[in-house]
Amino acid sequence: MLLIPCPHCGERPEIEFRYGGEAHVARPADPSALDDEAWAAYLYLRNNPKGLHAERWRHIHGCGRYFNVLRDTVSDKITATYKAGEPRPDLPATEAAE
Amino acid sequence: MSAPFRLAQGGRIDRARPLGFTFDGKSYSGFAGDTLASALLSHGVHLTGRSFKYHRPRGILSAGADEPNALVGVGRDQTRYTPNLRAPQVELYDGLVAESQNRWPSLSFDIGAVNDLFGRFLPAGFYYKTFMWPRKAWDHVYEPKIRAMAGLGRAPTAADADRYTQRYAHCDVLVVGAGPAGLAAALAASAGGASVMLCDDQAEFGGSLLSETTATIDGKPAAQWIADTVATLRGRANVMLLGRTQAFGYYPHNSIGLVERLTDHLATPHPDMPRERLWTLRAREVVICAGALERPMVFPENDRPGIMLAGAARTYANRYGVKAGSRAVLFTAQDEGYRAALDLARAGVHVAAIADLRPNPDGELPAAARAAGLNIMAGTTVTGTRGRLRVSGATLGRLGLDGQVGQSQTIACDLLLMSGGMTPSVHLFSQSKGKLRFDETIKAYVPGQSAERERSAGACRGIFGLAAAIEDGFARGEEVAQAVGRAGGAVTRVAVTTLAAAPGVHLGAAPHDRDAATVKAFVDYQNDVTAKDLALATREGFRSIEHIKRYTTTGMATDQGKMSNMNALGIVADALRRDIPEIGLTTFRPPYTPVTFGAFAGTSRGQLFDPVRQTAIHGWAADHGAAFEDVGLWKRAHYFPQGGEDMHAAVARECKAVRAAVGIFDASTLGKIEIVGPDAAEFMNRMYTNAWTKLESGRCRYGVMLREDGFVMDDGVVGRMAHDRFHVTTTTGGAPRVLAHMEDYLQTEWPDLDVWLTSTTEQWAVIAVQGPNARKVLEPLVEDIDISAAAMPHMSVRQGRICGVPTRLFRVSFTGELGFEVNVPADYGRAVWEAIYQAGLAHGITPYGTETMHVLRAEKGYIIVGQETDGTAVPDDVGLGWAVGKAKKDFVGKRSLARAEFSKPDRKQMVGLRTRDPHDVLEEGAQIVANPNQPVPMTVLGQVTSSYFSAVLDHSIAIAMVRGGRARIGETLYVPMPDRVIAVTVVDPVFFDREGVRLDA
Ligand SMILES: [Zn+2]
Repeated sequence: MLLIPCPHCGERPEIEFRYGGEAHVARPADPSALDDEAWAAYLYLRNNPKGLHAERWRHIHGCGRYFNVLRDTVSDKITATYKAGEPRPDLPATEAAE
Repeated sequence: MSAPFRLAQGGRIDRARPLGFTFDGKSYSGFAGDTLASALLSHGVHLTGRSFKYHRPRGILSAGADEPNALVGVGRDQTRYTPNLRAPQVELYDGLVAESQNRWPSLSFDIGAVNDLFGRFLPAGFYYKTFMWPRKAWDHVYEPKIRAMAGLGRAPTAADADRYTQRYAHCDVLVVGAGPAGLAAALAASAGGASVMLCDDQAEFGGSLLSETTATIDGKPAAQWIADTVATLRGRANVMLLGRTQAFGYYPHNSIGLVERLTDHLATPHPDMPRERLWTLRAREVVICAGALERPMVFPENDRPGIMLAGAARTYANRYGVKAGSRAVLFTAQDEGYRAALDLARAGVHVAAIADLRPNPDGELPAAARAAGLNIMAGTTVTGTRGRLRVSGATLGRLGLDGQVGQSQTIACDLLLMSGGMTPSVHLFSQSKGKLRFDETIKAYVPGQSAERERSAGACRGIFGLAAAIEDGFARGEEVAQAVGRAGGAVTRVAVTTLAAAPGVHLGAAPHDRDAATVKAFVDYQNDVTAKDLALATREGFRSIEHIKRYTTTGMATDQGKMSNMNALGIVADALRRDIPEIGLTTFRPPYTPVTFGAFAGTSRGQLFDPVRQTAIHGWAADHGAAFEDVGLWKRAHYFPQGGEDMHAAVARECKAVRAAVGIFDASTLGKIEIVGPDAAEFMNRMYTNAWTKLESGRCRYGVMLREDGFVMDDGVVGRMAHDRFHVTTTTGGAPRVLAHMEDYLQTEWPDLDVWLTSTTEQWAVIAVQGPNARKVLEPLVEDIDISAAAMPHMSVRQGRICGVPTRLFRVSFTGELGFEVNVPADYGRAVWEAIYQAGLAHGITPYGTETMHVLRAEKGYIIVGQETDGTAVPDDVGLGWAVGKAKKDFVGKRSLARAEFSKPDRKQMVGLRTRDPHDVLEEGAQIVANPNQPVPMTVLGQVTSSYFSAVLDHSIAIAMVRGGRARIGETLYVPMPDRVIAVTVVDPVFFDREGVRLDA
């Protein structure tokens, strides 16, 4: 079970959270300006990296807030968590991703 | 009853406390401190099981969790029966009832043993190769037969009578295993005040030291050092000792699963005691001191009862005071084997010969054996054994310089000991995703790079000597104390005296001079995988050990390869002429030993399996005989049968009452969300397809919510309570999903909107009053609201009081009748319901359930999201195109609706179906075709989504999703059923009051 540091509440066990998919996939400001291909990319195309992944979690059984987590998909190591809307911290990929 | 193999003295058993037990119906005796295995051995009982495939007689092989043969079912009755327990791990208690498994009709005469004679027809992959065709035979012939023959234990037939608990805990340091390294690690880790938990799967702490009778530690016998150390640890308030506790799984971020056995060792446990406790532990640092397991030797006929691991026989003698035999032969490839031979000789076992695979055994231990007068035959292998239900002799062959077997002789024995090497228990380390490294000296994998905050100490990382293991424990313990900021200074070291084992081991099959094509040298005992099977798999092209494992089933038995994996790797590497690391290593998965379902379930059984949600009005419905149905976690009144009515009769009566007079329905389970704030209307505009800005306070609108991909996600009536306040309703099942969807957009896409969302599902009880008499019923109960048709039209909402209680009164209808939904605070729900019901009796009020609600809405062609829609329907598909605010610039899902795909005329569209026979009720889910004579597979146009008999119309009705359905109105289509084809006419989906005049009554 992961131990996830909620930026609002601190470290809590994974069962208090719900996964929210890849982070930093912003909804286009004017969806009608996108052609089908660009819109489909927004809807469906996601990264699936081996290594560091920026992803959304919601502290659903806590403060209820969505926030972002940098997690290594190989080691499950969490290197950073930050509030929704904040930029992704500039961290190098971990050794596990090699 | 005398136990002829019990030594006159010695061991850690309590001879003052004799115990009785039965095995396969026969009575035996033992002592407190015995295991089932040690007690059986004291009576000379080795034969305890039959192997999986060949049904060969098998005996007790080990003294621990790695036991592959002696699997037993234990339990007085079916409510407390556990199969597949390992006899060396079953603690004896008075009255224990155990039975062997995988034999029929009895252990000593087993019909399945004919498989052994036909063994050459059962090679590796036999099942895959033979039972391939026909497919049907698998279900009806092969699989049941194979299962009956295999019979790995039987599941109990009655519900588990025991109780299980679960605990969460945190500590600075978890030490797994209380052998020499673990005790030392716990001492050092706790010296400076760090909170330390020490767990061990056995009843007594000490691990391998419990079998040690000659070594001294700190100047005292090992047993005394254990007692002193445990006393010291027990005296520290910062230390928690958990005996009978298996650390079975290592999960991310140092979370460890432990299972503590609380009552299995007791003859008459206190009825309040739980049987097991599951610990979910979070440790800042973990020290794994899991020890090592001895490897058997792989040689022909190495599986007869009486053939045993050398260390196990030593444990039975030293710890339990039991001789595993009278006349022993040792087949070893390492010095450790001599330790057992020496101790057994001291206990009075005649050691007839020591066959050492190595040409020049010359360490301290072989020297001691030579000094004791034991017959050491260096450079010797075992080429076969004799005996049927018990080994009676071993054939020893001298190896020449060329490695070929030369002269051989057969030596009589009733005990054949094996010692191939030690395999560190790296299971937990590997589960933690640590990287393993192959150590050429000990020919085993040891921990390499760590992934978690853990470290290993002692034998589980290949540090085997007693002195070295204790020192490693101290050092690692000091490290973790430092790491958690609770260093206690250097621990005083202890002096250790014992005979040292020199390096040198063997991996894989031993050489022999028998016919390799017929002889069976077992690698995986339980699954009957032989060296020949592994070699065959490599000849058939298998290269990866993961594939070989699945093809031959080696390592897939209940011991999960604890006994077999390393020898299998050695044999495969030999056959492929490659190094062991190139072969790969199978994954170590939790649990280390099987864990009961009860421990995982804990208290989540029966009534507590899932929460039950009940509305405020539930008790009234129950009192009035409602039949309930499950809707998500809710219990909803399904229908209210009267005087022995079945569901159809009750629903017919309820439907007619609503259309003719008035009905009352508990709609409290509707999801409700309060949306408040200056930007509430703007937020609604973005979340729903409809336009909200112009909706006046006091008016309602039916809202449709889409996912961003354009598909219908939820619907419900929304009331505007004030300029900045909306009362949103959702489907019963969709409430949490809708709120999460809204929060997602609000928090992450539009944090600038000043809006607050609150779930109010549980706060409001909702009483639907529907039917032509609805107003007459409510009018006298409502205060300060004018509910006349002129003052309060359809789709309006008012706030006031009813029966003296505050209410949000909606004029809405899901029946097509004049209708109201009375929202009151949930605490008043039942009182208001009862008052309305009483007032309604004069007007023919009838309580109705969800089934009637479904029929009435289907008569009106109202959809249910999740019934008419399946996650691929856009609003227009289900006739809701009118609810889409096309003038709005944007809303969730709008861009997707612009895709050309969604305006194709051949999309599945919602229509009604009318059968020719009014009493033909179609099956929901039935497929619809244009040509019923087309051969299978037919071209399917769609499916029936809702279907009922309408008592009001005296005709069946059905709603369907049909390709290009709206253009087919008037056409005849067909619904093929197994016994006939039903012709249907495509019609408009509104079957009743198409003009909607009744709504506005
Ligand atoms: Zn939080």
